[in-house]
Amino acid sequence: MKRREFLKLSGALGGAAVLPSTLLSGCGATPPPPGSGVVKVTPTICEICFWKCAGWVHTEDTKPWKIVGNPEDTHSRGRLCTRGSGGLGAFLDPDRLRAPLLRVEEGGKQRFRQVSWNEALDFAAERLKKIAAEHGPDKVAVFSQAAGAAHFRHLMRAYGTDSFAPPDYAQCRAAREVGFFLTYGETIGGQERTDMANSRCIVLIGTHIGENLHNGQVQTFSEGIHKGATLIVVDPRFSVAAGKAKYWLPIKPGTDLALLLAWMNVLITEGLYDKDYIQRYALGFDKLAEHVKTHTPEWAYLETGLEPDIIRRTAREMAGNAPATLVHPGRHSAWYGDDTQRARALAILNALLGSWGREGGFYMQEEVELPKYPYPKYPKAASGWQDANEGKYPFAYDGTTNVLIEQSVGKDARYKGWLIYEANLPVSVPGVTETIKQAADSLDLIVVVDTMPMEITGHADVVLPECTYLERYDPIRNDRRRQPSLALRMPAFDTQYDSKPGWWIARELGMRLGLEKYFPWKDYSEVIDWQLQQVGSSLQEMQRIGVKSFPRRTAVYLGKDEDYHFPTPSGKIELFSDQLAEHGFDPMPRYTPPDPAPPGFYQLIYGRMPAHTFSRTTNNPLLFQVMPENTVWVNPLTAADWKLKNGDHVQLKNQDGVLSNRVRVRVTERIGPNAVFMAHGFGHTARRLRLAYKVGACDTELITRVKMDPITGSTGMRSNFVTFVTQEV
Amino acid sequence: MARYAMVIDTRLCIGCGDCVIACKTENKVPDGLNRDWVLEITRGQYPDLYTEFRSERCNHCSRATCVEACPTGASHYWEDTNIVLVDPDRCTGCKACIAACPYNARFVRPEGYVSKCTFCVHRVEKGLDPACVATCPTYCMHFGTLDDPSTEVSRLLESRKAISLMPETGNEPHVYYLS
Repeated sequence: MKRREFLKLSGALGGAAVLPSTLLSGCGATPPPPGSGVVKVTPTICEICFWKCAGWVHTEDTKPWKIVGNPEDTHSRGRLCTRGSGGLGAFLDPDRLRAPLLRVEEGGKQRFRQVSWNEALDFAAERLKKIAAEHGPDKVAVFSQAAGAAHFRHLMRAYGTDSFAPPDYAQCRAAREVGFFLTYGETIGGQERTDMANSRCIVLIGTHIGENLHNGQVQTFSEGIHKGATLIVVDPRFSVAAGKAKYWLPIKPGTDLALLLAWMNVLITEGLYDKDYIQRYALGFDKLAEHVKTHTPEWAYLETGLEPDIIRRTAREMAGNAPATLVHPGRHSAWYGDDTQRARALAILNALLGSWGREGGFYMQEEVELPKYPYPKYPKAASGWQDANEGKYPFAYDGTTNVLIEQSVGKDARYKGWLIYEANLPVSVPGVTETIKQAADSLDLIVVVDTMPMEITGHADVVLPECTYLERYDPIRNDRRRQPSLALRMPAFDTQYDSKPGWWIARELGMRLGLEKYFPWKDYSEVIDWQLQQVGSSLQEMQRIGVKSFPRRTAVYLGKDEDYHFPTPSGKIELFSDQLAEHGFDPMPRYTPPDPAPPGFYQLIYGRMPAHTFSRTTNNPLLFQVMPENTVWVNPLTAADWKLKNGDHVQLKNQDGVLSNRVRVRVTERIGPNAVFMAHGFGHTARRLRLAYKVGACDTELITRVKMDPITGSTGMRSNFVTFVTQEV
Repeated sequence: MARYAMVIDTRLCIGCGDCVIACKTENKVPDGLNRDWVLEITRGQYPDLYTEFRSERCNHCSRATCVEACPTGASHYWEDTNIVLVDPDRCTGCKACIAACPYNARFVRPEGYVSKCTFCVHRVEKGLDPACVATCPTYCMHFGTLDDPSTEVSRLLESRKAISLMPETGNEPHVYYLS
């Protein structure tokens, strides 16, 4: 039977909308065409996700008009994505934080009082001084991410703490970065070094490029497909990318490592691996060959549900296109608790194909040699996030949110204060809803800096409203990429309401904390100008051009037969990891079967959708119009079992009895009968997010079983199961 | 009549909706309304599936029923081309064009007159692509004239299999989808 789903995806309120209208004759003067007024353009760097595309903000007759990509920018190539194009929504959102708020108690009831900046900053600084005097400044934990986090990292290092835990570490890239670092001595980086535009074969395993709309990834992915690359997609869900693939492998969730080991087995037993590359650059091949000997496609079939024949055929396809075969490293990799080992398997598979450092595989990254502003040395913190880990997670390179949060509960807790910048902990960090409440009870201070009244602001003692990225300067963008370049973010609009730029907030706190010597400038643009002058540019020049590219100093790819020294301890690609063995971990990836679903429960799979960046954008009035709510994807067989129809409201209940907000069902063949899928970032509980409040359901609150990766402290989130609650919702 | 066409490669389209947002900001389309939209079409049964995304809008037909249906001449062809525009000065908001459009591409603005995709004629006049085409991160959208066989859109339609939507209406639509 053929089924046909027909669904208006975006613009649901579109052409068919009938508005009440009176019958008028000559309904109005013809409006002038867009752009016929006085148009002014200002350079910016997008802040709607972390890809940091450079663009031009357009105003017409001083009113906000549009934001478009800067054609000189290699991140965006002149094209912003859905979210970047909708960046004005962040600026125009009427629900923005407008003024500093201070928690006060009146008549036994707590509430927020709107206060002056002086009162808010004095309060925060006094409490920070008190914590420093009584417990030491290292007892303040900092949760921060995004471009403006640099201002607060600077402030808090100067203050004397070294306890930083950005959610984009433990909830996102930690395991991937460490897995590749242990293998190649280098990480993938925030802007992935994938050379997909030149790939002959692209393998996505669990990553859903297309729905995950990181601009440069999507553009090069699309270019690769356009040029005829073979696409292999491994995903239990029929992702957008799967719909473009030659081979879609609907794998049983949680069994990726079995497939990766079987692919290695085929490449080695059939002699299809890059022998010269392995001999020249890699260590531990014989041990690897021995290790994967029993991991045949027949063995993997029992774990993954994928036919041995398709495992062999896809392995041969990869080898046939190598080294221009990219087994994509993914990005969010906090899944099953053995995630560093899974990343290691991805790294090793790429090594067998010889793709690292090769055209169509992974290119070598480079950034501009941009001098740091000459600040005085930071004081040495008496303790840091490593101490909070208490000997666990020996390969961590940043603090784990969950660990720092747990170490903040109770009067004897390690941490006494939190500074939170652009990190909405209750919706980004799994399994800590209750812990955050308990920590909030015992902490002496919680400072939240944000643009929006997110859930986390409800726990704050003091809320400091930052203006949006379109109203401020931020650090110069200088990413490790294919083409070294610098880009400028500068104010396109005056700051709105009583909000302030992050640099201003950090500096004002610094001055009150006696840290004047770390803020020897009055306006952050002075720092930018000084740095730009060091590389032959200037603030004035960048205000005019927005982006400046610099020539590369090193090669993009490894040279033919180049005697390359990898920055690992051995100088080689480490297929067998002595570093892991020394710490008692498996030196080569070992497969662990996933937890089985309890009867009547379905694996909870979450992911991205192109119109939104996590919970940050669901209230953006422009992006809301493209995707106002999330749905729970349910296979028609499952739907029939539960008598669910498309559009029905249900609640989801997880294995620990946690009940979600109500969410609409999307009955679709694009998910198998044993799992459900939902987009991350919805189901807000913060009332002041008036568009997004209680619209859809929040996946994070259903993730109560967190499997810590013992190597990195990455928080595995895919071992959770849900069932449906259908009555009276 | 000169013919402008949009050619969209569904093999590359990911249904991200960037075309919708770019159009809304470029053309200052009021909240809750839009001139283009994205369809998802899925066929088959798990795991034998096919999905296609289609960015849709006014088809700028050479024989547009909306132009024929308009009693005041508000709906008209722009400068002897197939680009169909609505003149707000002459539109009475009677909605005859909305009923006549096979593509559901038209809507009434809060001011009372009918609006829809213009192929960004204000950009086309300057030699620029429409805003949706210019922003698409997958490069799946192309725009140009069919009167010159050397344009990208002519070459794509010559070399690849393409469909237009509901050609049986006789409207001669000019948005094409490559498969």
